[in-house]
Amino acid sequence: MSDLPLIHADRAVPPPAATTATGGGRGRRLRLLSGTDRVVITLMVLVPLLLVLGLVWLPAGATVLLSGTNWDGIGPIGEIDWVGLKNYDDVVHNYPPFVPAVQNNLLWLAALFVVATPFGMFLAVLLDKELRGSRFYQTALYLPVVLSLALVGFIWQLIYSRDQGLLNGVFGGETDWYGDPNVNIWAVLVAAGWRHVGYIMLLYLAGLKGVDPSLREAAAVDGSSETSTFFRVVFPVMRPINIIVLVVTVIESLRAFDLVWVINKGRNGLELISALVTQNVVGEASRIGFGSALATIMLAVSLIFITIYLWTVMREDKR
Amino acid sequence: MSRPRSQAEYLARLVPPSVAGLNRRSLLAGAAATGALLGTGALAGCGDSDSGSGGDAKSVSLGSNQSDPKPKDVIAKVMDGFKTSSGVTVNVNTVDHNTFQENINNYLQGKPDDVFTWFAGYRMRFFAAKGLAGDLSDVWAKLDGYSDAFKKASTGDDGKQYFVPASYYPWAVFYRKSVWQQRGYQVPTTLDQLTTLGAQMKKDGLNPIAFADKDGWPAMGTFDILNLRINGYQFHVDLMAGKEAWTSDKVKKVFDTWAGLLPLHQPDALGRTWQEAAQSLQQKKSGMYLLGLFVGQQFSGADLEDLDFFTFPEVDSTIGAKALDAPIDGYMMARKPKSKDAATKLLTYLGSKDAANVTVKNDPSTLVANSGADTASYTALQKKAAELVGSATEIAQFLDRDTRPDFASTVMIPALQQFIKNPKDISGMLTSVENQKKSIFTS
Repeated sequence: MSDLPLIHADRAVPPPAATTATGGGRGRRLRLLSGTDRVVITLMVLVPLLLVLGLVWLPAGATVLLSGTNWDGIGPIGEIDWVGLKNYDDVVHNYPPFVPAVQNNLLWLAALFVVATPFGMFLAVLLDKELRGSRFYQTALYLPVVLSLALVGFIWQLIYSRDQGLLNGVFGGETDWYGDPNVNIWAVLVAAGWRHVGYIMLLYLAGLKGVDPSLREAAAVDGSSETSTFFRVVFPVMRPINIIVLVVTVIESLRAFDLVWVINKGRNGLELISALVTQNVVGEASRIGFGSALATIMLAVSLIFITIYLWTVMREDKR
Repeated sequence: MSRPRSQAEYLARLVPPSVAGLNRRSLLAGAAATGALLGTGALAGCGDSDSGSGGDAKSVSLGSNQSDPKPKDVIAKVMDGFKTSSGVTVNVNTVDHNTFQENINNYLQGKPDDVFTWFAGYRMRFFAAKGLAGDLSDVWAKLDGYSDAFKKASTGDDGKQYFVPASYYPWAVFYRKSVWQQRGYQVPTTLDQLTTLGAQMKKDGLNPIAFADKDGWPAMGTFDILNLRINGYQFHVDLMAGKEAWTSDKVKKVFDTWAGLLPLHQPDALGRTWQEAAQSLQQKKSGMYLLGLFVGQQFSGADLEDLDFFTFPEVDSTIGAKALDAPIDGYMMARKPKSKDAATKLLTYLGSKDAANVTVKNDPSTLVANSGADTASYTALQKKAAELVGSATEIAQFLDRDTRPDFASTVMIPALQQFIKNPKDISGMLTSVENQKKSIFTS
């Protein structure tokens, strides 16, 4: 959006500008942009463009290409064998962890979307009421977001450990929180949700603070209840924030990785696509072709959400 | 000694040390000390000795993964010893252990150091076959003090040696002497005796066999030892090389036997780390534990002296109980060392008993590979472990060092965990493993 004014500025320059290009400064100086400006603008466009191409699209394209090979990371690029769609076939038909990983990613998305995100928004609304000690609550709720996920994983390990953990210690149970594949995904979702709630809470709270108070006053004058004020006035006004919260939730569930990796490297009930990619590509295993196929699948899924998001945002801009 | 070098280790790289567990770290450190001796200079890649082979090089580089302070120090001492005896300076390039292992492919294809630390096993033979490691047959002609088992473990597919062993740690069944004396348990020598003993322990309120597989690799040790006892060493090697079918009756028998033993194992193993399982042995809640010598990290003082072990009992009398897992750490040479002469000299020294003596003196947590070393300062446990390995007819390197790393980590870990979860569906699990193996080994 920030480049919109530039486009207008460009249009403001009449085509004859070309004649001044070689004029060495003697020509008409009608340009809105001086030579320095143009250099700066060119750099400002070129540098990010190169960064995006080099750091995002080039690797992404390479990943897609590599997913058609069986490269093991050894030997010159010329010796890489093309195997077509074999890796995809293997992923779907010959790789037991794949299906659970997809299910877990979806479950993750559902849990964050249905439970954690609404709860975070709810807390934000509460905190927006200027309760006594709301600073303290904010800090407490936001703290998990500040902690590194590795540390979060460790904290929950202390709570969930079967033989030495807090939960079993206090309640005297024998539940194998991290080891039982029927239980561990829920245990991890609690830990992930704990963190996600704080994040959403802060985002939403910032949005709420930005809502014009006169809107609420007007609603109150019109005799609207608190609930209907929120749902009919505040919530619609917060549309940009709502979209951001939605996107953040989707992104968080797609890229979920660190917690399960810290717990058991994404195995035994905690499979996630991102963890499978890492297992295959990183380190000695070097199943680069196969891991790239998994990564490409993930990229495709992400693109769907990104497209929807961009489409919504752009439509918004046109209005 | 530091078992985590393999599977767990490389996957654990992403986990910060604070989470990874201090105990394992310290073990690693001990192991690293030995390794450090071996691997000091490889990373340098700085071109200080450019004389061709046979030149009078004054320095040689060593790439070391021994990044913990103690092993690093031991390597430095060994390198001092080499300088004194040969006059050649060693430039040690130490790289974080995990990083080293993670980057090994790129490292060896780039400008590796003249000599570098590595492990015996498939990965060593793989690099040799790919032409990424130097032939050390002439070094081996000058080495003595190594049993045939060590030489076999240092030999590539083409029959030449590519590896100089430095240290190792055996896998065995550990127990507390005091508990066994108090209850009058006898060391089992056959599978039946083990089963009977386990039943007795259960009656006495103990977990017969401590067990943990949260990290995925410890169960490989159980599979390995059962496979070695039931089908023998050669089958293990062929199976790991992808030559034998996982769906064969031989492999099924291993899992059937294991399924019979599972009720004696500590339940809910998939949520437990090996440290926790070892602590259950230390706290006298479990009767025995099949693990590497590094289990001692969880013991200290009098508890450590109370620790003893026996080799896993015989299952098939025609196979015997003489083979075992004893992963070996050591050194290899780059394919094109800057000074082959100096690198050869260094490797010869690293394989000598002088180098081993320096290690023994400076690091009490290690078993050195050279039998000529002065091991008088070994603890009783170390001495016994050395005897056990010395009497072994064959030494396997552990599943994840004996086969392709991609197969071990992306297929075997989930499969073994699946088996532990549901020991009833053995053939379904093995069919899946075989299908994945075919896809991986033919790629």
